[in-house]
Amino acid sequence: MTLILTLASRNLFHDRIRLIATVVGIVFSIVLVTVQLGVFLSFERMITTMIDHAEADIWIAPPETKSFEGSALLAGRERLKALSVDGVAEVIPVVVGYASWRNPKGGAATPIFLVGSSVGASSGSAGLRPWNVVEGRVDDLSMPDAVAIDRSYAEQLGVGEIGGAAEIGNQKARVVAITRGIRSFTTTPQVFASLERARAYLGVPSSQANYFMVRVAPDADVAAVRSRLAAGLSDAEVLTPAEFRHRSRVFWLFDTGAGAALLGSAILGIIVGTVIVAQTLYSSTKDHLKEFATLRAIGSSRAYILKVIVIQALLSGVLGFSIAAAIGLALVHATADAALPIVMTPELTLGLFALTIAMCTIAAIAAIRVVTRIDPAMVFAQ
Amino acid sequence: MTNIMVEATDIVKVLGEGAGRVNALRGINMSLPGGQLTLLMGPSGSGKTTLLSVLGCMLSPTSGTVRVRGRSTTGLDSEALARLRRENVGFVFQSYHLFPTLTAAENVRLTLDVRGDRSPHARLKAEEALATVGLAHKANAFPRELSGGQQQRVAIARAIVGDPAVVLADEPTAALDSENGAVVMTLLAKMAGNPACALFVVTHDPRIIPFCDRILHIEDGRVVADERRDRRNGSILTLKYAGGGAA
Repeated sequence: MTLILTLASRNLFHDRIRLIATVVGIVFSIVLVTVQLGVFLSFERMITTMIDHAEADIWIAPPETKSFEGSALLAGRERLKALSVDGVAEVIPVVVGYASWRNPKGGAATPIFLVGSSVGASSGSAGLRPWNVVEGRVDDLSMPDAVAIDRSYAEQLGVGEIGGAAEIGNQKARVVAITRGIRSFTTTPQVFASLERARAYLGVPSSQANYFMVRVAPDADVAAVRSRLAAGLSDAEVLTPAEFRHRSRVFWLFDTGAGAALLGSAILGIIVGTVIVAQTLYSSTKDHLKEFATLRAIGSSRAYILKVIVIQALLSGVLGFSIAAAIGLALVHATADAALPIVMTPELTLGLFALTIAMCTIAAIAAIRVVTRIDPAMVFAQ
Repeated sequence: MTNIMVEATDIVKVLGEGAGRVNALRGINMSLPGGQLTLLMGPSGSGKTTLLSVLGCMLSPTSGTVRVRGRSTTGLDSEALARLRRENVGFVFQSYHLFPTLTAAENVRLTLDVRGDRSPHARLKAEEALATVGLAHKANAFPRELSGGQQQRVAIARAIVGDPAVVLADEPTAALDSENGAVVMTLLAKMAGNPACALFVVTHDPRIIPFCDRILHIEDGRVVADERRDRRNGSILTLKYAGGGAA
């Protein structure tokens, strides 16, 4: 170990109270940022989860559609127009909308978000079907009154097993499949049904739909098909999945202010952490000023002293980050089945580590300013 | 031929500005030859510490020239002066200024570390320097585990480990009892046997006088007397007063 590292680490661990204050500051800051960004990431993923699982090459949506959840109805003629476009293999209707779920055992009605599309089996190509099915069968959605729910909403919906009955808008519903991990960022339970049942529950006329999922022929160029569709469908929007995702994210994360609030809290966490580390590092440097002056007196370069301070800051950062990461992982584990789980990705972890290091380096600036102005002759005065 | 390690010519140092302006040094001329222990004595406020800071390349003179091993410090920036210090000057301070979180050996090695010497040879040199001051057995002790005298001996080891041209000591015995003060001064006098190193000690302590070769007396920023002494019998060889020639 070089003496710079020895000096930095011993200075740091010598004053344990100050070290604890520094590390607590970093941990507090990074855990806060982890939670905010983890929720942001989770929110972002949930917003596009339906689009991500739809296996559509192109989406036809009503004009000015802002998100998957907030769409008007298409007239229906778009489907035939799309099918006549060269390169289009399939056009699958999707019906979505909010409805009221009532448990026959009683209790208040629960709002749900209903997603209806062709479920495959005997009804042709599958559209937007539930995934991660842990009980029952997706193909059973083609049975009368059949719906699929997510296990995380079982308690909220009052139905937790296959065969459980309920009412959607005064019409019968029966659970035939249970999924795991299909959750809504709005905390409104998502319920899947066949296209016909969804239309019936939501009162949508048989030809109409909220979206048409387009699948292009295997040898067709998606961009070219999209251009042809856009040219032929003047009263609808033609979006790639990436565009639809972007639009939904922008709406929910920024137009509503929800994402901005999360990012604002994260930035606040960074500021608080930086100030705490800067304050403790500054006071530590002031306490060791005599030693830094001695170093300067015996001829050390400014860079040598700066290294001692920066290493102290980085050691604090690594220590604080390690503890914060452990707490973050525990929170990820604890919220795995919650309505809004905290998501931690390798990229986020690396980003948080880089953020911690940057935060500690910036925090060292005040301390560095003190030592750059140090007068080595002060050692004679003491 | 006398080997001049540090030479000061017409040194003037003005501190402060306006009403607080003080002429701390008023035309100092002196040289420090290798192999000689020189004391600087004078009343408080006479300019001792300022002269020490100027000779130690910590303060730049307002006018005049300081040469260390023949190299002028005029016009050097703070980093160049730091380089000059780490290559040529060893310091011993009144209150030791050891690093409390480093062991005795690490404190000594720091002098070499700031030079960028992190070789196994540096460790060996640090051990040798500690052995020279009789503290080889305390290499792994922290300053808090050492007596005041032992701490000052570690500080001396730190000052000499880099083979400096000059060791500047500021009241090295002031915080020590007479026994430890004598040990420290005996060590410094022994160092003065090295013709490649000059020792310059600022002191108020008359007990040190028997150990020195020369005493410079300073008053109001001027060297007022220069005594040359025979260390073996304590007799004064020559005595020059201000106006009677260069010190």
